[in-house]
Amino acid sequence: MEAGTLVEWRIQPGGNVKRGDIVALVETEKGVIEVEIFESGVVESILASPGQKVPVGGVLATIRAEGEAPRAAPARLYISPAARRRAGELGVELSKLQGTGEAGAVTMADVERAAQKGIEAARPPIPSAEPQAAIRRAIAAAMARSKREIPHYYLAARIDMSRATGWLREENLKRPVTERLLYSVLLIKATGLALKRFPELNGFWVDGGFKPAEGIHVGVAISLRQGGLVAPAIHDVDKKGLDELMKSMLDLVSRARTGTLRSSEISDATITVSNIGEQGVEALFGVIYPPQVALVAFGKLTEQPWAENGMVGARPVVVASLSADHRASDGHRGGRFLSAVDRLLQEPEKL
Amino acid sequence: MKSEQMREAVMKVLGRIAPEADLASIDPAGSLRDQLDIDSVDFLNFMIGLHSELGVQIPEADVAKLSSLDGCIAYLLSKSAAS
Repeated sequence: MEAGTLVEWRIQPGGNVKRGDIVALVETEKGVIEVEIFESGVVESILASPGQKVPVGGVLATIRAEGEAPRAAPARLYISPAARRRAGELGVELSKLQGTGEAGAVTMADVERAAQKGIEAARPPIPSAEPQAAIRRAIAAAMARSKREIPHYYLAARIDMSRATGWLREENLKRPVTERLLYSVLLIKATGLALKRFPELNGFWVDGGFKPAEGIHVGVAISLRQGGLVAPAIHDVDKKGLDELMKSMLDLVSRARTGTLRSSEISDATITVSNIGEQGVEALFGVIYPPQVALVAFGKLTEQPWAENGMVGARPVVVASLSADHRASDGHRGGRFLSAVDRLLQEPEKL
Repeated sequence: MKSEQMREAVMKVLGRIAPEADLASIDPAGSLRDQLDIDSVDFLNFMIGLHSELGVQIPEADVAKLSSLDGCIAYLLSKSAAS
């Protein structure tokens, strides 16, 4: 994702904002997302107008921290932290950059252009394409990069789901519709808990090395009926109870359908979980979403013969699979991770 | 509530769950999940939407009765008549 179109401001100059507030809506190739603010203060100036194309990492507005004196308007270089960091990585001197954003703000694109071609005048932004084509292009770029760069390995394990589904059935009979639990929330929670013991599967491969994530933010794969898919994050899955997770998932799917996901939900996932079994397939060996290093998928719940303690019976069984980046982890640990997911699902009441 | 009013209420909730769907082309006797390609999360949101819109309780054991548009309308009318 390189750019979006500003749809609407939810703030005004002089207004107060606090960390976490939704300040704007931006239409991107992944649908309309809500842009959150990451610091509190007073809106000093708004640098982009509705309808304007804005690059990812570009400055949309400036915020003055509470107690900070108003900025002298000229002379200051307006550049986002992401663009500043990128300039440092590419060795681009900030003082020689020409900003092409509103009010002369330096955008990520300005930094990239300066690095590649020296200091040049910015070209006008690429005209916006059909949203579906844009989603397809974003998926194409990410998946091609994944297959080109990530040495995937794949593992699968059959898991007896009779205890989990039995517990869920009993639990749901006691619950009103507003508090009902879905089977997939058990899978997501078990994955999140198992990851605590396998941090090498939860994080990012960046700058030639593995960087473990600070939290366990599971990207839930949601296929969009008009085409494409998104995998917005449910944050801190390991710390949330099933009820809280369920509410997060219902909300996330509902907002993915109406195109109102938040920027942090789009970008924060540290691993992806797919419950593609709902589509009838028995197993999926997924393509990792870079820079993540793993993807966990659950196939269709099917009744199968299952032997235990010398007895054979029919059990609901699911195939859990792991696609993992061999640069960050090995099959031995990947296998133990799937075993941990299995064990957790045998005690659903403890999830 | 009459059947037509109930149908409108159900369609209104469905429109929120599947905003891109062509609701006019739904086969009233066919599976809503298949026709609208809605998953289990969407379907639960649909049940919660019906509960909020119409104030009816939908026990887990009854969910299968709401799999089609006709099934939904018949079930919800019976609940509304009983209350």
